[in-house]
Amino acid sequence: MNLGAIDPVLLIASLMVASTPIILAALGELVVEKSGVLNLGVEGMMITGAICGFAVAVETGSPVLGFVLAAVGGAVMALIFGILTQYLLSNQVATGLALTLFGLGISAMIGQGYRGIKPPATPKLDMGPLSDLPVVGRILFSHDWMVYFALALVAAVWAFLKFTRGGLILRAVGESHDAAHALGYKVVRIRLAAIAFGGACAGMGGAYISLVRVPQWTDGMTAGAGWIALAIVVFSSWRAGRVLLGAYLFGGITVLQLNLQAAGVPVPVEILSMSPFVITIIVLVIMSATQRGAAVAPAMLGRIFHASS
Amino acid sequence: MIRLEKRPEPSKVWTVATPLVAVLLTMVAGGIMFALLGKDPVAAIRTIFWDPLFDPQFAGYSRPQLLVKAGPLILIAIGLSLGFRAGVWNIGAEGQYIIGAICGASVALAFYPADLWIIFPLMVAAGALGGFAWAMIPGILRTRFNTNEILVSLLLVYVAEQILASMALGLLRNPEGGGFPGSRNLQQYGAASNPELIAGTGMHWGVVAAFIAVIFAYILLNRHMTGFHIRLAGQSPRAARFAGVNPARLVLLCLGLSGGLAGLAGVFEVAGPAGQISIDFNIGYGFTAIIVAFLGRLHPVGILLAGLLMALTYIGGELAQFMLGLPAAAIQAFQGMLLFFLLAVDVLTNYRVRIGKGATV
Repeated sequence: MNLGAIDPVLLIASLMVASTPIILAALGELVVEKSGVLNLGVEGMMITGAICGFAVAVETGSPVLGFVLAAVGGAVMALIFGILTQYLLSNQVATGLALTLFGLGISAMIGQGYRGIKPPATPKLDMGPLSDLPVVGRILFSHDWMVYFALALVAAVWAFLKFTRGGLILRAVGESHDAAHALGYKVVRIRLAAIAFGGACAGMGGAYISLVRVPQWTDGMTAGAGWIALAIVVFSSWRAGRVLLGAYLFGGITVLQLNLQAAGVPVPVEILSMSPFVITIIVLVIMSATQRGAAVAPAMLGRIFHASS
Repeated sequence: MIRLEKRPEPSKVWTVATPLVAVLLTMVAGGIMFALLGKDPVAAIRTIFWDPLFDPQFAGYSRPQLLVKAGPLILIAIGLSLGFRAGVWNIGAEGQYIIGAICGASVALAFYPADLWIIFPLMVAAGALGGFAWAMIPGILRTRFNTNEILVSLLLVYVAEQILASMALGLLRNPEGGGFPGSRNLQQYGAASNPELIAGTGMHWGVVAAFIAVIFAYILLNRHMTGFHIRLAGQSPRAARFAGVNPARLVLLCLGLSGGLAGLAGVFEVAGPAGQISIDFNIGYGFTAIIVAFLGRLHPVGILLAGLLMALTYIGGELAQFMLGLPAAAIQAFQGMLLFFLLAVDVLTNYRVRIGKGATV
């Protein structure tokens, strides 16, 4: 065992990388749930994004293009869910699950020819002298652009929900679709837009795993990240800032347990590997026990909207 | 303009017809998908749905496999369907299946090499209890702390997979296995094995249990107060409360039953077709069973038929992999597609489609 080998600065720096996919996916799902829709297909959209991004980046040599197409792939998957739940009024829980099952299958199918290939590297952003700062430089200013994009997106979503008219309408739809409909808002269209946004975010999150964090393609490589993202939305009490906190908490545990494994701590590897999931469950329990009454969740979450007149 | 009009009662005709329509649509869409992969779509569909049953060359091997694969799917799906009807979403059956198998195998290996008749019944009981206990975690967290059972039950699948790996590499590893991961093979341990009961049919105790579960669920839902409460809670939670249904008890009952049945499926699998605890013991039955439950309209008899059909896609998929070089993942996508189409067509059961401006308000 060699705990001295764990460098705290490096640990925090890799924490930021490890939590980026979760931030993106959870943020997308937050917007979806704020509009009153529960999409359990995050895992499926992430894995689809992961393979779309990977394939495009390998074929074109451009990681940026990869991320863009990953967002498109995730959004297309999300729109299948959107059409089913919004126009064909299907059960959201079941449809979300179908999306995950389908996504895992279709991604493995597309990914057949891409096993064992290295994707083009996503370069670190050149921040000039900032990156050379002693501790802070390595923690904050030595990452690729997606890390900062995710952080910016957190701020953008927070501001959108809190300060803009669009955000207010989105929340109104999520709190009472009948009232919003009576006011003349297009409930279904607003929800479809939110669902597509959620899919695009999840897709980019997945691509971050396959292009930067791992970086290669293996079947089912998101390994539960989508479900963790769903849990983090509950943890965040549907607030954008807290999504960041939750994702860092989870990213921190993931990175820490990997480091402990590498350092040879005398704890079984399986216990360390399951710890992020166990801790997520414990955090969920604490949050739900304190949120009793569920007044914080959007009131229409998971309800079917059918305009009868 | 196309409008949807809610039916006062779900259409009886469409309830039966939608799964069939969904299967047909999936065949068409799947055929297009196979064509895009450069395979002959007609041959692919034929290989998946027809050859395993009727091709003289393969049917001898494939037909028994039908029951072997359908057994666990039906057993798990029956349990899940009770919860789904009541609005209790256990989607972690895969984890309960793993834990059931581990518990059952542990009992068997604890007795090894004793030859007592009691071992197999004890294993079955341990498996059911293991699955039950694993499902009680989300159950108790839901009833005590109001924690979302969907997320907890699913997250526990990943925990169970780690326990499985730990068991295969550690506690349950075969001491005579030369250091390879995986437990002793229970098929070679008479008192603990779950053999084929009638040669050439694929029938083993798990399939028997699946048939019993179908009958049990049918009686429960149609002839018993608890079944009525389950249906009522799903259709109108408020009415159910007025009728004196205890929601917490119902959650625990649904999760416990589905967990126990998934655990049973696990123990029959590990003692029979799989034979041993290994790292890759679970192959997604717990997730496919969700499709089976919906495809069977959450109805016991429907689930029986849907389980057989899904088993066919597994076997046919393997055959297509072998004969046509169709990727294994294609069949997984195909199964997911089936659930999509089913959910899409289902709109016809609950709604009437009206075209034009219609005067009815």
